[in-house]
Amino acid sequence: MTVSLFVQSLINGLNQGAIYALIALGYTMVYGIIRMINFAHGDFIMIGSYTLFYTIPLMVNIGMPAWMAVILAVIVCTIVGILVETIAYKPVRKAGPMSALITALAMSIFLENLAMALFGAKPHNVQKIFSLPTINVAGVALPMNVLLTIVIGLAIMLLMQIFIKKTKIGKAMRAVPQDRDAAILAGINVDKIITLTFAIGSGLAAIAALMYCAKYPRVTNDMGSMMGIKAFIAAVLGGIGVIPGAMLGGILVGLIEIFVKLYAPGWYEAITYSILIVILLVKPSGILGKNVGEKV
Amino acid sequence: MKMPKKMKLSYLLNFLGLVLLFSIFVLMFESKIFGTSTTYIKGIFTTACYTIIMVTSLNLVVGCMGEFSLGHAGFVSVGAYFSAITSNALAGRGIPDLLLLIIALIAGGLAAGLTGILVGIPALRLRGDYLAIVTVAFAEIIRVAFCNFEITGGGKTMSGIAKLADFYWAFWIMVICVTVMFMYVRSRYGRTVKSIREDYIAAAASGINVTYYKVLTFAVAAFFAGVGGGLYAHYMTAMIPTNFNFNYSAELLSEVIIGGTGSLTGSVIGAAFLSSLPELMRQFSTYRMLAYSIVLVLVMIFRPGGIFGTWEFSLTRLLERVAGKAPKAQKGGE
Repeated sequence: MTVSLFVQSLINGLNQGAIYALIALGYTMVYGIIRMINFAHGDFIMIGSYTLFYTIPLMVNIGMPAWMAVILAVIVCTIVGILVETIAYKPVRKAGPMSALITALAMSIFLENLAMALFGAKPHNVQKIFSLPTINVAGVALPMNVLLTIVIGLAIMLLMQIFIKKTKIGKAMRAVPQDRDAAILAGINVDKIITLTFAIGSGLAAIAALMYCAKYPRVTNDMGSMMGIKAFIAAVLGGIGVIPGAMLGGILVGLIEIFVKLYAPGWYEAITYSILIVILLVKPSGILGKNVGEKV
Repeated sequence: MKMPKKMKLSYLLNFLGLVLLFSIFVLMFESKIFGTSTTYIKGIFTTACYTIIMVTSLNLVVGCMGEFSLGHAGFVSVGAYFSAITSNALAGRGIPDLLLLIIALIAGGLAAGLTGILVGIPALRLRGDYLAIVTVAFAEIIRVAFCNFEITGGGKTMSGIAKLADFYWAFWIMVICVTVMFMYVRSRYGRTVKSIREDYIAAAASGINVTYYKVLTFAVAAFFAGVGGGLYAHYMTAMIPTNFNFNYSAELLSEVIIGGTGSLTGSVIGAAFLSSLPELMRQFSTYRMLAYSIVLVLVMIFRPGGIFGTWEFSLTRLLERVAGKAPKAQKGGE
């Protein structure tokens, strides 16, 4: 492998990884707080992308930069996230993990098919979001929007970490999964915290949608499901419930995928899934996670 | 083994009931009551037959063992491809069609069962959502593998599989599969697995080899999923690995859940109804999965055990009730 190909792949991998990392962040927050795989999370990205598809022309028409459309996408995704949580997830929360998992799966199927009924099965092409130049450094093409994606990913990661560790709401978010009853006794409104977590997670999905559409400007109704599962793999790899873990996992999965694609294009997905299996069997708590024994 | 007289009688009764049901179907199709659409309706019933096998086998994992498998389509595809390869290899050697079909189905089932063991040993160490996600991963790996192998069409449609299955044979194969699974659930093994579902720590403390029974059940479920897949292959005669993707697994799981976890009756009725419904209302096909998901959420909110819960249909009980000697005092009896 030549150096330029290596650097190029490295950059592509980091870009892919930053997208996965942002999605994984949403997963990790929701899973960390209510121990539920939100299968619908990937579909929030689909919703965000469709919103971008319709709002970018609006933004361009009124003379605003195209990326401002992400504000609308964040609002739409947050509303959808809160709706899904209150209508579907809240009623089954007491019924146990199985019901929660199935409801999440059902919501994922619902959102995908709703999008198909509304927008059709044909892929939609999103307008160009960033018009930044590509610079050449020593034979390696460096698209600036790729760098921007990585920077945005890092910045959001940092912000979330500060939010979780330093603010009062962040403290409450950490308290709920540790001991729900004690959290209630301490005056934390658990329902409100969970809804808030969903809102933040969905909002992050909208930003991930922006980054995804900047790289692959194709929107389909089923784009979210597999991406969601891969992002979940990233979250598990890094250690679920740990914010830096989501980032590390996302970037690792992105890099591995891009590099495997170079050598065995047909098999790269299988490799990603194998990583998950190995991680879950060897160290289920992930790279940065802490091992917690099971109580009898 | 000596069978109690009552049990023997109930087996006989159930068999007679099945023969009656089968003759109704035969009468329906042979008398051409549906006119030109007879073949079409027969096709829907065949679809229902193999879907019943797949869904019931998944219910062994979900209902009996209490674990989630979101990768059942993986085992279905192993069975489908392996049986298709077997029947292709044996075709034209003068083997009667039915025997060929049975050989192919058993081969497909065994291949799927073996895959079930290989997947189950590592995967069943996990529980709950992690197990669910690992089964997704395994199913996707299987799908990617079939997309890359030359013998399975290399990602393109594999066509030219002999059309060996028709409704009449599919019906009896379905009956045999469901009966065996029913007996498995009622056997010592089934009860052991149920005890693991209720409390695996207590079960392990009582000297049950938890891993062994879990893997066994998983393999049995995979075996029958493979048989269902083989039937699918020999009825459809063409298939592509993307047929067996995550959505197909999710569809099978939702049929189990809607029918009722732990109720094979629920699985049979749920699968038969839900697999034929979209065919009957073709113009609404876009809204099919939409309706599924709404029903799924409603079932989860209002009836978490599924429509039939753990209730099982029993012909003998029904007959007793009709005869007017329903044992009302005997509560919760089987």
